[in-house]
Amino acid sequence: MAYKTIVGLEIHVELLTKTKMFCHCKNEFGGDANTHCCPICLGLPGALPKLNKEALEYGIKAGLALNCQIADRVKMDRKHYFYPDLTKGYQISQDDNPLCSKGYLEIESEEGPKKIGIQRIHIEEDTGKSIHTEAGDTLVDYNRAGVPLIEIVTAPDINSGEEARMFLENLKNTLKYIEVSDCKMEEGSLRCDVNINVVDTETGKRTNITELKNLNSFKAVATAIEYEENRHISLLKEGKNTIKETRRWNDVENVTVAMRGKGTTDNYRYAVDVDIPPVTIKEAWIDEIRANLPELPHAKKERFMREYDLPEYDAGVLTQSKELSIFFEETVKLCDDAKQVSNWIMGDVLRRLNDEGIEVGDLKFGPEDLAALLKLINDDKISNNIGKKVLREMFETGKKPEDIVKEKGWIQISDEDELKQIVGKVLEENQQSVIDYKNGKDRALGFIIGQVMKATRGKANPQIVNKLVLEAIEEK
Amino acid sequence: MTREEVLQVADMCKLSLSEEEINIFMGMFTGVMEQVKELDELDTENVEPLYFLNIKDKPYREDVVEESLDREEVLKNAPEEEYGYFKVKKVME
Amino acid sequence: MDITRLTAEEIREKIEKKEVSALEVTRAHLDRIREIDGDLNAFITITEEEALEAAKRVDQKVKNGEKLGKLAGIPVGVKDNIVTKAIRTTAGSKMLENFIPPYDATVIKRIKEEDGIILGKTNLDEFAGSYSTESSYFGPTKNPIDKERVPGGSSGGSTAAVRAHEVALALGSDTGGSNRQPASYCGIVGIKPSYGLVSRYGLIPLSNSLDVVGTFGRNVKDATLLLDVIAGSDINDPSAMEVERVNYLESLQADIKGMRIALPGEYMNMPMDSRVKEKVLEAARLFEKLGAKVEEVSLPHAKYAWATYYLIVVSEISSAMAKYGGVGYGYRTEDYETLDELYIKSRTEGLGEEIKRSIMAGTYILSSQEGKKYYEKAFRVRALIKEDFDRVFETYDVILSPTTPNLPFKLGESVKNPTEMYGSGIFNIPANVAGLCAISVPCGYADGLPVGLQIMGDRFKEINILKAAYAFEAELSLGGEHSGI
Ligand SMILES: [Mg+2]
Ligand SMILES: [Zn+2]
Repeated sequence: MAYKTIVGLEIHVELLTKTKMFCHCKNEFGGDANTHCCPICLGLPGALPKLNKEALEYGIKAGLALNCQIADRVKMDRKHYFYPDLTKGYQISQDDNPLCSKGYLEIESEEGPKKIGIQRIHIEEDTGKSIHTEAGDTLVDYNRAGVPLIEIVTAPDINSGEEARMFLENLKNTLKYIEVSDCKMEEGSLRCDVNINVVDTETGKRTNITELKNLNSFKAVATAIEYEENRHISLLKEGKNTIKETRRWNDVENVTVAMRGKGTTDNYRYAVDVDIPPVTIKEAWIDEIRANLPELPHAKKERFMREYDLPEYDAGVLTQSKELSIFFEETVKLCDDAKQVSNWIMGDVLRRLNDEGIEVGDLKFGPEDLAALLKLINDDKISNNIGKKVLREMFETGKKPEDIVKEKGWIQISDEDELKQIVGKVLEENQQSVIDYKNGKDRALGFIIGQVMKATRGKANPQIVNKLVLEAIEEK
Repeated sequence: MTREEVLQVADMCKLSLSEEEINIFMGMFTGVMEQVKELDELDTENVEPLYFLNIKDKPYREDVVEESLDREEVLKNAPEEEYGYFKVKKVME
Repeated sequence: MDITRLTAEEIREKIEKKEVSALEVTRAHLDRIREIDGDLNAFITITEEEALEAAKRVDQKVKNGEKLGKLAGIPVGVKDNIVTKAIRTTAGSKMLENFIPPYDATVIKRIKEEDGIILGKTNLDEFAGSYSTESSYFGPTKNPIDKERVPGGSSGGSTAAVRAHEVALALGSDTGGSNRQPASYCGIVGIKPSYGLVSRYGLIPLSNSLDVVGTFGRNVKDATLLLDVIAGSDINDPSAMEVERVNYLESLQADIKGMRIALPGEYMNMPMDSRVKEKVLEAARLFEKLGAKVEEVSLPHAKYAWATYYLIVVSEISSAMAKYGGVGYGYRTEDYETLDELYIKSRTEGLGEEIKRSIMAGTYILSSQEGKKYYEKAFRVRALIKEDFDRVFETYDVILSPTTPNLPFKLGESVKNPTEMYGSGIFNIPANVAGLCAISVPCGYADGLPVGLQIMGDRFKEINILKAAYAFEAELSLGGEHSGI
């Protein structure tokens, strides 16, 4: 039997505007509870919303980057429900006229490039945050109430947990590129809900859609989808079906758990918010935003291949994050060899970032420091291997490579007279290896050079050592 | 209009009704719908709904931070507060 | 001289000429309130301390020879659904019995900037949601003309206070006639500005596509003076419009010869008290005498105004009232076990019967498929109703009608006969639905009870209705001194 998994995502992304969506309060993560509040975001009687132009513009930006059509007129609607973190008894959102629609984002699926449809992107306000104390009380902070969000709804084009993860990575990358959001799932600036069901491709039988919540990492999204996929399939196999419900991902046990609900479907009683006059989005405005969009990941990748003559793989890795691509280009500007820079970044730098789970922005050194390090190597001041040790120090301390080299006494020995003496001594002590080499055992040469390096604690210039050793053997 | 429907509406808007009120609303909703059916006489298919009487060129504002309220002011009307938060005492969820 | 008998215009003049101090004016009115308001109940909150401080500041300005604001020293009453910083604002509801706003409504800021003296917050139907001021959590207000009768509503506290000389001017709000019907019932002048002429920032919403802040005075000039102060666009209300500034007060001098006046046949044929009809027809003849041209016109969609209004108003009320749940502010029930219970008990205990009926109706309309269909249709019919008016205003300057089809009814009567009460707004609601401006001006008395004349004008053409009302008032010379306390 063959089964097909059908997944659609609903992603909420907080926008990086300076102020909230409808008031002048600071849009900032953290801060003492209830210190970024005013009559508008507190929903006090009589206060009226004032739409933030930037929130609208960021929404349009996201729409354009995700290949959407932009609505020519925007109105806002009220979505009613009661919950303590919602100050007005309704959320200002968009019902029937989303800001953006009919877009897509491409991922590299196992079968090659695949377009995931974006059904709609609408703008709305975030809610406050509730904390549940040990005593069981609920404490509410309205600093987040009214922060602008975009809600992105995909078409059910995703067919596996891995595809969902790839989509999210790409989406995050794109939104960070255009600087509308920092997409930090751990801070809640990107939140993702999943709708999933499975169809038996032979019988056409489908399970009912399950909604998954509380997914706090891309990995959790992928794992939860896989978990649900199996749950749906085994029910189908037993001739049963799922119930239409919302389940919560438990990231300790790695299982989904049904959420307690009243069983009634929500009725949000959408109504037009007449306090917010509609905005006409002129073609000229969209054109202007489009013209000012930064280079998107895909375009940058192609440019890197063209301009720096990088292999596709390198270009792909380097453009996966905007910061990384900038770090690369800044370094190349100071140090011509693009491939060398790429090798260092993709190798030692990325490995270290991944190991520590940090981002380029967290590095203690900048592109100019990496360039200085490469210059030390290229000028034969230090060897490649010492270079790696220096880089490790840079990660730890953020010190300048020149200073590290000086402090540690790692300057390469290139003085031929000094090295000749050492080479002479090593040959003296390893006569058998000299004989072996002469008898055609090439490997013996490596051993001899290694001994010279060891004697200099790695500081000898390997090229010179190589030359001197060969000369010395010749002479013997 | 059934009793069930009335109770569903009350649940949505978070009101509790006495038996008497339930009966009143059953009648009232029926009456309301009868009255608004008057509008069926009008063909409005080609009429745009007039939600906004006043349309402006630039109905939005610039993204500029202004001072928020002091926390004391924010919490002044809170029925209950604790540690600078609005508080809802222990409830079963 | 009884200071409380002075018009707003006279008060300011006398203060400027140092014939009387602002403090004297304020004290005289506070005395008057102390004397009669226990019985009248026009005020929910009296702000004596703040008023005396404000009066002293005005007197200091006079002493220093500084320029005085347009409302310098004039006592003003504020309907208690308009928020006042650090002054309790209740909207006439138990829900907001202890609500102290941290901000001033834009109209309040403007009154303060013009040196007006706010004496207190006036009574109203809970959340301005009815027509008699009887649904206030703080008890009903009596009509100063006949204390067995209602002052009308929902701005009944403001109109009673102005009529009874507790204040010279007052603010009201008008969603479906709340500035005109009580003005008519109390025999004073009430102005409902065009939707968007005055900022709604700080007006506690009832139905936000219909609500406007309006003004009251004992004569047209006084009510106009207050309108002049509060009108104008506001960055805090995106739907308040930038309209060309007209000097209303100066234009009141002009005569109305050649003014084109429409009398809608549909209105005059609606059921109404014959004494009211009589007075309005008399008024029409008086306009002709003044050189205006009065002609009958047709407003074909007039009969649909009520259903349209009802659908919009209850839907918007249900939405506006969703914020009252006892979490961030407002009444919270004593004990609750679940979150649902917190909401249900707080709302059920904190809100009054009348407003709950509207919430239920609105929730039903927005939640059911059929209701939602009519909700949307109402906004389409609204466009048709507005077109009717647009057409009339192509040819005519103003439209005449009675303000109400009836005379002030007795306290307690509305419970027995709610239809009559709701019916009292029948001529008022079209102006809200179409966003027009309108004024109610006294046009005589029938058996000792006041009759109001409603004059409607096109959107943002306040000047036309003010001119017409001023000329009419001058000719009729009723003033505000006819009868009552
Ligand atoms: Mg959403
Ligand atoms: Zn705010």
